[in-house]
Amino acid sequence: MDKVLFGDNQFFAVNHASDEKARAQSIRFKEDAAIIKVLDQAIDMGINTLMCTTHDRIANICDHLRANPTRYKNFNIYPCMPYAHKYANAVTELGIMGTIKQYVPGNIFSTFAKGGFAFLNKDFIGLMELLIDAEMKMFKGINTPVVFIQNVLTDMILGLKMYDVFKEYDAYIRKKFNSEPGYITMNMPRLLDALNSVGIENPIICSSINKIGFRMSGGIEIYEKYLREKQFRPIAMQVLAAGALRPKEAIGYLGKFPKIESVLFGASSKEHIQESKELIEANL
Amino acid sequence: MIKGAIIGLGKMGISHAAIVGAHPDVEMVAVCDTSSLVLDAFKKFSKVNTYSDYKEMIEKVSLDFVLIATPTRFHYSMVKYAIEKGLHVYCEKPFSLTTLEGEELCRLANSKELVNQVGYHNHFIGTFRELKRLINASVLGEVIHFVGEAYGPVVTKDKGNTWRSKPEEGGGCLYDYSSHVLNLIQEIIGRPVKASGSQLKSIYSKGVEDAVYGTLTLANGVSGLLSVNWSDETYRKMSTSITVIGKNGKIICDATEIKIFLKEPVKKEGLDKGWTTKYITDFAIPVDFYLRGEEYSAQIDHFIGCIKNKKMAVINSFEQGLYTDKVIEMIIADAKKQLING
Repeated sequence: MDKVLFGDNQFFAVNHASDEKARAQSIRFKEDAAIIKVLDQAIDMGINTLMCTTHDRIANICDHLRANPTRYKNFNIYPCMPYAHKYANAVTELGIMGTIKQYVPGNIFSTFAKGGFAFLNKDFIGLMELLIDAEMKMFKGINTPVVFIQNVLTDMILGLKMYDVFKEYDAYIRKKFNSEPGYITMNMPRLLDALNSVGIENPIICSSINKIGFRMSGGIEIYEKYLREKQFRPIAMQVLAAGALRPKEAIGYLGKFPKIESVLFGASSKEHIQESKELIEANL
Repeated sequence: MIKGAIIGLGKMGISHAAIVGAHPDVEMVAVCDTSSLVLDAFKKFSKVNTYSDYKEMIEKVSLDFVLIATPTRFHYSMVKYAIEKGLHVYCEKPFSLTTLEGEELCRLANSKELVNQVGYHNHFIGTFRELKRLINASVLGEVIHFVGEAYGPVVTKDKGNTWRSKPEEGGGCLYDYSSHVLNLIQEIIGRPVKASGSQLKSIYSKGVEDAVYGTLTLANGVSGLLSVNWSDETYRKMSTSITVIGKNGKIICDATEIKIFLKEPVKKEGLDKGWTTKYITDFAIPVDFYLRGEEYSAQIDHFIGCIKNKKMAVINSFEQGLYTDKVIEMIIADAKKQLING
């Protein structure tokens, strides 16, 4: 994995410190061209990976990448699925059954369709595979060396202790997409233990890692212990703790843990992208 | 270990099941739902017992508490049954569909000294807690006006029928989004005693409102505005905010930040004249397990803590949930009156 992973929160009105800033971003990135412009700036600075949610608008960005194969030949996308709010809003409105009906491709009431067959047989893994395929469709023809489950889903499976689901996900991503499975979580130590318990060794785990312990559930001490002692491939996110830390001290802190392989960060100005990239490369 | 079970495995129920399941002091022994699909998923991937009948579950499994996250119309019978069996009860919001039923449940739970809590999670968001503290510390001086708002993209096109399209089952924006705002106003600023100019507007839904607007007057005479719309796609997710205006300035608070403007500084709070902005990073409540927000775990911690320490819930008690139901009834009655008069 590259040391520097470019995130997409800034493009889709996600700001953990301010709803107002989030709205300002959504106005700025109304057009896909505005996103592509920032992405191109990042690429010109030597950033080669975009880690992004399976948001509808990412499909448009993918079209642009496919339309310009020479320009983006070495560019990677790490998809993070699912785009949770899409499903959460659907479940509120339609219920769990209604949501499955809406998002599993094909007619789930037809025994002849793959979805219908999986549904009637309560083949949960089959349904999971269909939903993954649906989310991955937009990335056809694009390099996706790592595929992540979003934290809401990871942490839900974790809390429900349905660890075998991780095992099935892990196997499917390797088999179907020839990619490495990754996990985003707000509960890194607990997740690593769970993954290890079903035989998943040395997993890629993306979690909040910052000097003030923001969104590091269970406390900063156990995170630091795991970063020092356990075997896994950590990616640090929320390193600025939603803006509470300055980039220099924030990324300097990550330097204490040689195991951290990559840092996920999002920025929309050229200066911020450059500054973060240089700091990450100097400290990691 | 405290033994608990979840009744109702929709979005909130599954989320609660994950949080309860991860809680170090709790053993989640059973879940109950009417969907065989959901129950089969639990049977296949987890070790908890599954039931489709809550009475059977309560009879057969030894429990300390149940968490009820079913559609609102089932709350009364389920909560009542659980209390009669001596269980502590956590009930999702809104609490009851009629205040008569809600009052009975309140009385029952309190007379049996059972811990009772309702799921108004915003009280476990650090910024709203800080707002309450600042209002209690009178940094704004005399309160003149308030605005309670919530917007989000739940119903954004014309849709068919689910329980959410039935007003008598608590399916509209008033019981769903608005109840959160009403509960925040009630606990942070004061209890409304009157609703006027209430408008329940359907935008895409048939039979229920997608937006709620109106004026609320508190016991001390202060009035303010309510503005809630769950068909607003300019918001990525539910966004709730409370603005309070006083003689000494104004505070605007949402789940991520709290913006304070003061005419005169308040030294004991270290607040200067002019604008001060504080962020959730300073106020987030630390939790052991995180899913969708600290507040969801923190409210369960509070409930479990009360059971452990044999104390009644002070945040989000049934009585507080019931008061919100009363304000909802005031709004419905007022909106009807507007229709007849207008």
